[in-house]
Amino acid sequence: MKYESQRVAMPYFIFALILFAGQIVFGLILGLQYVVGDFLFPEIPFNVARMVHTNLLIVWLLFGFMGATYYLVPEEAQTELHSPLLAWILFWVFAAAGTLTILGYLFVDYATLADITMNKLLPTMGREFLEQPTITKIGIAVVVVAFLYNISMTALKGRKTVVNIVLITGLVGLAVLWLFSFYNPGNLATDKYFWWFVVHLWVEGVWELIMGAILAYVLIKLTGVDREVIEKWLYVIIAMALITGIIGTGHHFFWIGPPEYWLWLGSVFSALEPLPFFMMVVFAFTMINRRRRNHPNKAAMLWAMGTTVMAFLGAGVWGFLHTLAPVNYYTHGSQITAAHGHMAFYGAYVMIVLTIISYAVPIMRGRPYGNSNTAQVVEMWGFWLMTISMVFITLFLTGAGVLQVWLQRIPESGEALSFMAGQDQIALFYWMRFVAGAFFMAGLVVYFGSFFIKGQASPAEEVRGPATADA
Amino acid sequence: MAERFTKSMARNIYLGGSAFFVLLFLALTFDTQLRAMPERDNREELTDQVVRGKHLWEENNCVGCHSIMGEGAYFAPELANVFDRRGGSDTEVFKSYMKAWMNAMPTNIPGRRQMPNFNLTDAEIEDLAAFLEWTSKIDDNDWPPNIEG
Repeated sequence: MKYESQRVAMPYFIFALILFAGQIVFGLILGLQYVVGDFLFPEIPFNVARMVHTNLLIVWLLFGFMGATYYLVPEEAQTELHSPLLAWILFWVFAAAGTLTILGYLFVDYATLADITMNKLLPTMGREFLEQPTITKIGIAVVVVAFLYNISMTALKGRKTVVNIVLITGLVGLAVLWLFSFYNPGNLATDKYFWWFVVHLWVEGVWELIMGAILAYVLIKLTGVDREVIEKWLYVIIAMALITGIIGTGHHFFWIGPPEYWLWLGSVFSALEPLPFFMMVVFAFTMINRRRRNHPNKAAMLWAMGTTVMAFLGAGVWGFLHTLAPVNYYTHGSQITAAHGHMAFYGAYVMIVLTIISYAVPIMRGRPYGNSNTAQVVEMWGFWLMTISMVFITLFLTGAGVLQVWLQRIPESGEALSFMAGQDQIALFYWMRFVAGAFFMAGLVVYFGSFFIKGQASPAEEVRGPATADA
Repeated sequence: MAERFTKSMARNIYLGGSAFFVLLFLALTFDTQLRAMPERDNREELTDQVVRGKHLWEENNCVGCHSIMGEGAYFAPELANVFDRRGGSDTEVFKSYMKAWMNAMPTNIPGRRQMPNFNLTDAEIEDLAAFLEWTSKIDDNDWPPNIEG
């Protein structure tokens, strides 16, 4: 850690991980409700648990991105953060707003929550992933704008690197697209169209810039490969992400009202969306093969490789499986969608945040060359347990989805099973998914355990060949 | 990557490519929203009652369990075509069905998935029914494949 103010990333990372744990607990509740329908009813109905599960994910990833930004922007810019105090204030504001919102979901009936937060004045609630009360949405916008101010002032006064420029571009895009969450017309078809401006253009657009920038930063640090080479890769990857992903939004416009040309545009461009993720895999492995140093933080290296592979599988391969319009006609809104969503979010965004945490937290704790060997081994156990569990969650949901499509979607009206009759037939897959989810939780516990293992920190690294200025 | 492929070339592909596709996306959005959608989304029948129904749909977080036009949660049945499935495409039949259904919730059958009772008035249930009926008439390229959603 070269600048004292980078340390403000720490509370962001810690809080992100706490929310992550909450997300998994509610994931288990949901998984059980799929097979034991009245579990926790009426205390925590499915819709409440799901809202908590998905909103916790979104909020903790935002905390993770902010932590990553506070950590890496000053170091890239070679200057202290513009205002560590502002970063701390924003942390408490965002943490308080996030916690209150989640508690509101859990302890106040949703219609009452809409009422007391005066949703009628500017109705924005009750849409998937955008369930937050309007006041929370405004709070998120304010926090993000102040955060961007702090980060931009820092970046502007220092060295302008490609990593910083791409990261900040992604964050500005995130902020601008968030504004569409405030647009909720009475026409459902229009509402849905612009809803995707937040949801798709975040996760298949600007978030890929954020992911690419964090990955590039970590690879520069871990491999010592020349910055010029890494930055060139980064530009090509994000170019592919936006060239495919923007028109790729069309794969969401197939069945919600927009005209038929989207069937073609959405199919063709989204079929290309795996490309940037594939390039990230090649990028990470090539840079690691060409490394000029053996960084002793092996765990961080594992996360960096893992995130690219899992993002490619989850977002790329599982996305492609059901993205072509003739296939999507049958799979749209089935458990196939859920399978894809789980692995894509875990691979791309959960794992990139865990990558930067794995790299940066030991440094902030005074272990510049990574945690002790024992701690790293335990962390890697956590990596494998969580990652393999997620593979199984995805496979079981895919099995459930294929059966669902076969029973409920493919037969003609009159012969097809009703939704609930179909759900009963695939219960075994839901049970297996629940078991895989329990293993994921175990992996998370092991991962958390790795933070509490003491022992001698890793010794200084072994440098391969001449070190670069950035090493 | 070959040495001839420089960083500034990569940057230009990124800037040029994304600018081009942002503009194309905006053009397509204008075409979709201004030209195509008015003929497809049944907006001439978008009454105040339908809009009230949409807000009820939102304020009770229906999308937290159900999907509508395939989007939402996958815990409970698709509702964009429930007007056809349960109402036989008849407004009055559907209204009576909705009232009976909403008031019968929750079933409290042990082990089965439960839908809460949202304590809606008859007028509110009619608003919700109007919203679902209107939604069923959006031209969505013939999705879903069959009546089961």
